[in-house]
Amino acid sequence: MSSASGQQHPLGIYLKVWILLFVLSLFSYMVDYLHVQGPLRWTLVLLFMALKAGFIMAIFMHVVWERMALALTILGPPSILLLLILLMAIEGNYTESARVQYLGHDPFAAPAHVSH
Amino acid sequence: MSHSSTMDEAELSQEGLNGLVKDWSTDKQTYHVPWGKAMMWIFLVSDTFIFSCFLVGYMTVRVSTTDPWPLATEVFALSFFGSDPIPLILIALMTFVLITSSGTMALAVNYGYRRDRKKTVLLMIATAALGATFVGMQAFEWSKLIGYGVRPWGNPWGAPQFGSVFYMVTGFHGLHVSAGVIYLLVVARKVWRGDYEKKGYEIVEITGLYWHFVDLVWVFIFAFFYLL
Repeated sequence: MSSASGQQHPLGIYLKVWILLFVLSLFSYMVDYLHVQGPLRWTLVLLFMALKAGFIMAIFMHVVWERMALALTILGPPSILLLLILLMAIEGNYTESARVQYLGHDPFAAPAHVSH
Repeated sequence: MSHSSTMDEAELSQEGLNGLVKDWSTDKQTYHVPWGKAMMWIFLVSDTFIFSCFLVGYMTVRVSTTDPWPLATEVFALSFFGSDPIPLILIALMTFVLITSSGTMALAVNYGYRRDRKKTVLLMIATAALGATFVGMQAFEWSKLIGYGVRPWGNPWGAPQFGSVFYMVTGFHGLHVSAGVIYLLVVARKVWRGDYEKKGYEIVEITGLYWHFVDLVWVFIFAFFYLL
Protein backbone atom coordinates (compact mmCIF):
# COMPACT_ATOMS: atom_id res chain seq x y z
CA MET A 1 0.00 0.00 0.00
CA SER A 2 1.62 3.20 -1.17
CA SER A 3 0.06 5.54 1.38
CA ALA A 4 1.63 3.65 4.27
CA SER A 5 5.18 4.38 3.12
CA GLY A 6 4.37 7.71 1.45
CA GLN A 7 3.20 8.48 -2.05
CA GLN A 8 6.01 7.48 -4.36
CA HIS A 9 5.43 7.37 -8.09
CA PRO A 10 7.57 7.61 -11.22
CA LEU A 11 8.49 11.14 -12.31
CA GLY A 12 7.10 10.58 -15.80
CA ILE A 13 3.46 10.71 -14.73
CA TYR A 14 3.97 14.12 -13.08
CA LEU A 15 5.66 15.51 -16.18
CA LYS A 16 2.88 14.19 -18.44
CA VAL A 17 0.14 15.71 -16.26
CA TRP A 18 2.09 18.95 -16.08
CA ILE A 19 2.21 19.21 -19.87
CA LEU A 20 -1.46 18.25 -20.06
CA LEU A 21 -2.38 21.07 -17.65
CA PHE A 22 -0.49 23.55 -19.83
CA VAL A 23 -2.30 22.36 -22.93
CA LEU A 24 -5.71 22.48 -21.24
CA SER A 25 -5.03 26.01 -19.93
CA LEU A 26 -4.00 27.07 -23.41
CA PHE A 27 -7.23 25.59 -24.80
CA SER A 28 -9.36 27.51 -22.27
CA TYR A 29 -7.50 30.69 -23.14
CA MET A 30 -8.07 30.06 -26.85
CA VAL A 31 -11.82 29.80 -26.18
CA ASP A 32 -11.70 33.43 -25.07
CA TYR A 33 -9.14 34.54 -27.65
CA LEU A 34 -11.16 33.14 -30.55
CA HIS A 35 -14.38 34.68 -29.17
CA VAL A 36 -16.29 31.40 -28.93
CA GLN A 37 -19.69 32.37 -27.52
CA GLY A 38 -22.94 30.84 -26.29
CA PRO A 39 -23.46 27.24 -25.16
CA LEU A 40 -20.27 26.07 -26.88
CA ARG A 41 -18.22 28.50 -24.74
CA TRP A 42 -19.84 27.18 -21.56
CA THR A 43 -19.33 23.57 -22.59
CA LEU A 44 -15.67 24.02 -23.49
CA VAL A 45 -14.73 26.18 -20.50
CA LEU A 46 -16.43 23.83 -18.02
CA LEU A 47 -14.98 20.75 -19.72
CA PHE A 48 -11.40 22.06 -19.59
CA MET A 49 -11.97 23.25 -16.01
CA ALA A 50 -13.24 19.84 -14.89
CA LEU A 51 -10.34 18.03 -16.61
CA LYS A 52 -7.76 20.35 -15.04
CA ALA A 53 -9.30 20.09 -11.57
CA GLY A 54 -9.58 16.31 -11.98
CA PHE A 55 -5.95 15.82 -12.96
CA ILE A 56 -4.64 18.13 -10.22
CA MET A 57 -6.63 16.25 -7.58
CA ALA A 58 -6.10 12.74 -8.92
CA ILE A 59 -2.38 12.88 -9.72
CA PHE A 60 -0.76 15.91 -8.08
CA MET A 61 -2.76 15.49 -4.85
CA HIS A 62 -2.58 11.67 -5.12
CA VAL A 63 -6.30 11.11 -4.52
CA VAL A 64 -6.41 8.31 -7.08
CA TRP A 65 -3.89 6.36 -4.99
CA GLU A 66 -5.53 6.96 -1.62
CA ARG A 67 -7.77 4.47 0.13
CA MET A 68 -11.46 4.96 -0.48
CA ALA A 69 -12.11 6.03 3.13
CA LEU A 70 -9.96 9.13 2.62
CA ALA A 71 -11.02 9.79 -0.97
CA LEU A 72 -14.71 9.81 0.01
CA THR A 73 -14.01 12.11 2.97
CA ILE A 74 -12.45 14.55 0.52
CA LEU A 75 -14.98 14.27 -2.31
CA GLY A 76 -18.20 13.44 -0.46
CA PRO A 77 -18.97 16.56 1.60
CA PRO A 78 -18.24 19.05 -1.21
CA SER A 79 -20.63 17.19 -3.52
CA ILE A 80 -23.51 18.57 -1.44
CA LEU A 81 -22.53 21.97 -2.88
CA LEU A 82 -24.23 20.97 -6.12
CA LEU A 83 -27.53 21.30 -4.27
CA LEU A 84 -26.57 24.77 -3.01
CA ILE A 85 -25.62 25.81 -6.56
CA LEU A 86 -28.96 24.56 -7.89
CA LEU A 87 -30.98 26.32 -5.18
CA MET A 88 -29.12 29.59 -5.56
CA ALA A 89 -29.47 29.49 -9.35
CA ILE A 90 -33.24 29.12 -8.96
CA GLU A 91 -33.31 31.91 -6.40
CA GLY A 92 -31.13 34.22 -8.52
CA ASN A 93 -33.26 33.70 -11.60
CA TYR A 94 -36.38 34.40 -9.59
CA THR A 95 -34.90 37.65 -8.24
CA GLU A 96 -33.92 38.74 -11.72
CA SER A 97 -37.35 38.02 -13.17
CA ALA A 98 -38.97 39.96 -10.30
CA ARG A 99 -36.73 42.93 -11.05
CA VAL A 100 -37.63 42.80 -14.72
CA GLN A 101 -41.35 42.29 -14.12
CA TYR A 102 -42.01 44.69 -11.24
CA LEU A 103 -39.22 47.25 -11.45
CA GLY A 104 -39.11 47.51 -15.23
CA HIS A 105 -35.37 46.78 -15.47
CA ASP A 106 -33.94 45.95 -18.88
CA PRO A 107 -32.21 42.53 -18.67
CA PHE A 108 -30.59 42.92 -22.10
CA ALA A 109 -28.59 46.10 -21.52
CA ALA A 110 -25.09 45.85 -22.97
CA PRO A 111 -22.05 46.62 -20.80
CA ALA A 112 -19.91 49.63 -21.69
CA HIS A 113 -16.75 48.82 -23.63
CA VAL A 114 -13.44 49.25 -21.89
CA SER A 115 -11.03 51.84 -23.24
CA HIS A 116 -7.41 51.21 -22.25
CA MET B 1 5.61 6.52 12.01
CA SER B 2 4.04 4.30 14.60
CA HIS B 3 0.82 3.76 12.68
CA SER B 4 2.45 1.72 9.94
CA SER B 5 3.73 -0.84 12.43
CA THR B 6 0.35 -1.16 14.13
CA MET B 7 -1.52 -1.58 10.87
CA ASP B 8 -2.77 -4.99 10.05
CA GLU B 9 -1.44 -5.99 6.67
CA ALA B 10 -4.48 -8.11 5.91
CA GLU B 11 -6.71 -5.16 6.69
CA LEU B 12 -4.86 -2.88 4.30
CA SER B 13 -4.84 -5.44 1.55
CA GLN B 14 -8.57 -4.83 1.13
CA GLU B 15 -9.14 -2.07 -1.36
CA GLY B 16 -12.20 -0.32 -2.75
CA LEU B 17 -15.57 -0.70 -1.07
CA ASN B 18 -14.51 -3.60 1.17
CA GLY B 19 -11.56 -1.53 2.29
CA LEU B 20 -13.88 1.40 3.00
CA VAL B 21 -16.07 -0.72 5.26
CA LYS B 22 -13.02 -2.23 6.98
CA ASP B 23 -11.42 1.21 7.54
CA TRP B 24 -14.57 2.65 9.08
CA SER B 25 -15.20 -0.35 11.31
CA THR B 26 -11.75 -0.47 12.88
CA ASP B 27 -11.35 0.18 16.60
CA LYS B 28 -8.54 2.65 16.41
CA GLN B 29 -7.81 4.40 13.16
CA THR B 30 -9.82 5.11 10.01
CA TYR B 31 -7.34 6.98 7.83
CA HIS B 32 -4.12 5.10 7.27
CA VAL B 33 -2.08 8.18 6.50
CA PRO B 34 0.13 10.33 8.75
CA TRP B 35 -2.11 12.41 11.01
CA GLY B 36 -0.73 15.67 9.59
CA LYS B 37 -1.88 14.65 6.14
CA ALA B 38 -5.38 13.73 7.32
CA MET B 39 -5.61 17.08 9.15
CA MET B 40 -4.44 18.98 6.09
CA TRP B 41 -7.10 17.27 4.00
CA ILE B 42 -9.79 18.12 6.52
CA PHE B 43 -8.64 21.75 6.52
CA LEU B 44 -8.71 21.78 2.72
CA VAL B 45 -12.25 20.39 2.67
CA SER B 46 -13.34 23.21 5.00
CA ASP B 47 -11.50 25.74 2.82
CA THR B 48 -13.35 24.33 -0.18
CA PHE B 49 -16.57 25.39 1.48
CA ILE B 50 -15.29 28.93 2.06
CA PHE B 51 -14.29 29.38 -1.58
CA SER B 52 -17.52 27.73 -2.70
CA CYS B 53 -19.50 30.25 -0.65
CA PHE B 54 -17.74 33.06 -2.50
CA LEU B 55 -18.25 31.51 -5.91
CA VAL B 56 -21.89 30.59 -5.27
CA GLY B 57 -22.46 34.12 -3.94
CA TYR B 58 -20.87 35.45 -7.12
CA MET B 59 -23.20 33.30 -9.22
CA THR B 60 -26.24 34.49 -7.27
CA VAL B 61 -25.50 38.22 -7.65
CA ARG B 62 -24.53 37.81 -11.27
CA VAL B 63 -27.70 35.90 -12.13
CA SER B 64 -29.98 38.23 -10.18
CA THR B 65 -28.61 41.60 -11.32
CA THR B 66 -30.25 43.24 -14.33
CA ASP B 67 -27.27 45.54 -14.85
CA PRO B 68 -24.97 44.34 -17.62
CA TRP B 69 -21.92 42.39 -16.44
CA PRO B 70 -18.60 44.01 -17.49
CA LEU B 71 -16.67 42.17 -20.22
CA ALA B 72 -13.79 40.41 -18.44
CA THR B 73 -12.01 39.81 -21.74
CA GLU B 74 -11.75 43.59 -22.26
CA VAL B 75 -11.22 44.56 -18.61
CA PHE B 76 -8.19 42.29 -18.27
CA ALA B 77 -6.70 43.02 -21.71
CA LEU B 78 -3.19 44.39 -21.78
CA SER B 79 -1.08 45.95 -24.50
CA PHE B 80 2.66 45.43 -24.74
CA PHE B 81 4.92 48.09 -26.27
CA GLY B 82 1.99 49.96 -27.81
CA SER B 83 0.39 46.91 -29.46
CA ASP B 84 -3.37 46.44 -29.62
CA PRO B 85 -4.66 45.17 -26.27
CA ILE B 86 -4.39 41.37 -26.08
CA PRO B 87 -7.55 40.01 -24.39
CA LEU B 88 -7.15 38.44 -20.93
CA ILE B 89 -3.40 38.03 -21.43
CA LEU B 90 -2.36 38.91 -17.87
CA ILE B 91 -4.72 36.30 -16.43
CA ALA B 92 -3.46 33.69 -18.89
CA LEU B 93 0.12 34.41 -17.82
CA MET B 94 -0.87 34.18 -14.14
CA THR B 95 -2.50 30.81 -14.85
CA PHE B 96 0.67 29.52 -16.50
CA VAL B 97 2.82 30.77 -13.62
CA LEU B 98 0.62 28.97 -11.09
CA ILE B 99 0.53 25.73 -13.09
CA THR B 100 4.31 25.83 -13.45
CA SER B 101 4.55 26.20 -9.67
CA SER B 102 2.25 23.20 -9.21
CA GLY B 103 4.57 21.15 -11.41
CA THR B 104 7.70 22.13 -9.46
CA MET B 105 5.84 21.34 -6.23
CA ALA B 106 4.87 17.87 -7.45
CA LEU B 107 8.50 17.21 -8.31
CA ALA B 108 9.60 18.50 -4.88
CA VAL B 109 7.30 15.97 -3.19
CA ASN B 110 8.76 13.22 -5.34
CA TYR B 111 12.38 14.14 -4.60
CA GLY B 112 11.48 14.47 -0.91
CA TYR B 113 10.46 10.82 -0.77
CA ARG B 114 13.64 9.93 -2.66
CA ARG B 115 15.50 11.76 0.15
CA ASP B 116 17.21 14.04 -2.33
CA ARG B 117 17.28 17.05 -0.03
CA LYS B 118 19.06 19.44 -2.36
CA LYS B 119 16.61 18.99 -5.25
CA THR B 120 13.65 19.11 -2.86
CA VAL B 121 14.77 22.43 -1.37
CA LEU B 122 15.54 23.96 -4.76
CA LEU B 123 12.21 22.91 -6.20
CA MET B 124 10.35 24.23 -3.14
CA ILE B 125 12.15 27.57 -3.44
CA ALA B 126 11.29 27.66 -7.16
CA THR B 127 7.65 26.99 -6.24
CA ALA B 128 7.70 29.80 -3.69
CA ALA B 129 9.32 32.17 -6.21
CA LEU B 130 6.64 31.39 -8.79
CA GLY B 131 3.97 31.91 -6.14
CA ALA B 132 5.48 35.28 -5.24
CA THR B 133 5.51 36.15 -8.96
CA PHE B 134 1.83 35.30 -9.13
CA VAL B 135 1.06 37.56 -6.17
CA GLY B 136 3.10 40.33 -7.77
CA MET B 137 1.13 40.03 -11.01
CA GLN B 138 -2.06 40.11 -8.99
CA ALA B 139 -0.95 43.30 -7.24
CA PHE B 140 -0.30 44.79 -10.68
CA GLU B 141 -3.77 43.70 -11.82
CA TRP B 142 -5.39 45.24 -8.73
CA SER B 143 -3.56 48.53 -9.21
CA LYS B 144 -4.70 48.63 -12.86
CA LEU B 145 -8.32 48.03 -11.91
CA ILE B 146 -8.15 50.58 -9.11
CA GLY B 147 -6.75 53.00 -11.71
CA TYR B 148 -9.75 52.31 -13.99
CA GLY B 149 -12.04 53.29 -11.12
CA VAL B 150 -13.22 49.78 -10.20
CA ARG B 151 -14.44 49.84 -6.61
CA PRO B 152 -16.30 47.26 -4.49
CA TRP B 153 -19.39 49.46 -4.91
CA GLY B 154 -19.12 50.41 -8.58
CA ASN B 155 -17.23 50.52 -11.86
CA PRO B 156 -17.47 52.45 -15.14
CA TRP B 157 -18.87 49.58 -17.23
CA GLY B 158 -21.85 47.88 -15.61
CA ALA B 159 -22.98 45.88 -12.59
CA PRO B 160 -21.37 47.23 -9.39
CA GLN B 161 -21.14 43.68 -8.01
CA PHE B 162 -18.29 43.06 -10.47
CA GLY B 163 -15.90 44.98 -8.22
CA SER B 164 -17.07 43.42 -4.96
CA VAL B 165 -16.72 39.90 -6.34
CA PHE B 166 -13.38 40.64 -7.98
CA TYR B 167 -11.69 42.08 -4.89
CA MET B 168 -13.20 39.53 -2.52
CA VAL B 169 -12.46 36.39 -4.51
CA THR B 170 -9.07 37.26 -5.97
CA GLY B 171 -8.04 38.93 -2.69
CA PHE B 172 -8.87 35.86 -0.64
CA HIS B 173 -7.12 33.62 -3.14
CA GLY B 174 -4.07 35.91 -3.21
CA LEU B 175 -3.95 35.74 0.58
CA HIS B 176 -3.86 31.94 0.30
CA VAL B 177 -1.00 32.11 -2.21
CA SER B 178 0.94 34.53 0.03
CA ALA B 179 0.46 32.27 3.04
CA GLY B 180 1.54 29.32 0.89
CA VAL B 181 4.77 31.08 -0.10
CA ILE B 182 5.63 31.61 3.58
CA TYR B 183 4.67 28.02 4.44
CA LEU B 184 6.84 26.68 1.60
CA LEU B 185 9.86 28.73 2.66
CA VAL B 186 9.52 27.64 6.30
CA VAL B 187 9.33 23.95 5.36
CA ALA B 188 12.10 24.30 2.75
CA ARG B 189 14.39 25.75 5.43
CA LYS B 190 13.67 22.82 7.76
CA VAL B 191 14.26 20.31 4.95
CA TRP B 192 17.57 22.04 4.24
CA ARG B 193 18.59 21.76 7.90
CA GLY B 194 17.81 18.04 7.80
CA ASP B 195 15.04 18.21 10.40
CA TYR B 196 13.09 15.45 8.65
CA GLU B 197 15.87 12.92 8.13
CA LYS B 198 14.47 10.79 10.94
CA LYS B 199 10.71 11.25 10.68
CA GLY B 200 10.52 11.15 6.90
CA TYR B 201 9.39 13.57 4.24
CA GLU B 202 5.59 13.40 4.46
CA ILE B 203 5.69 17.08 5.39
CA VAL B 204 6.69 17.97 1.83
CA GLU B 205 3.65 16.11 0.52
CA ILE B 206 1.42 17.89 3.07
CA THR B 207 2.80 21.28 2.03
CA GLY B 208 2.26 20.19 -1.55
CA LEU B 209 -1.39 19.38 -0.86
CA TYR B 210 -1.96 22.95 0.30
CA TRP B 211 -0.14 24.36 -2.71
CA HIS B 212 -2.03 22.22 -5.23
CA PHE B 213 -5.27 23.22 -3.55
CA VAL B 214 -4.44 26.89 -4.14
CA ASP B 215 -3.85 26.04 -7.81
CA LEU B 216 -7.09 24.06 -7.86
CA VAL B 217 -9.09 27.04 -6.59
CA TRP B 218 -7.53 29.20 -9.28
CA VAL B 219 -8.76 26.74 -11.94
CA PHE B 220 -12.33 27.47 -10.82
CA ILE B 221 -11.81 31.24 -10.47
CA PHE B 222 -10.20 31.35 -13.92
CA ALA B 223 -13.15 29.53 -15.48
CA PHE B 224 -16.06 31.16 -13.67
CA PHE B 225 -14.87 34.71 -13.12
CA TYR B 226 -12.58 35.39 -16.07
CA LEU B 227 -13.83 33.13 -18.86
CA LEU B 228 -17.60 32.85 -18.39
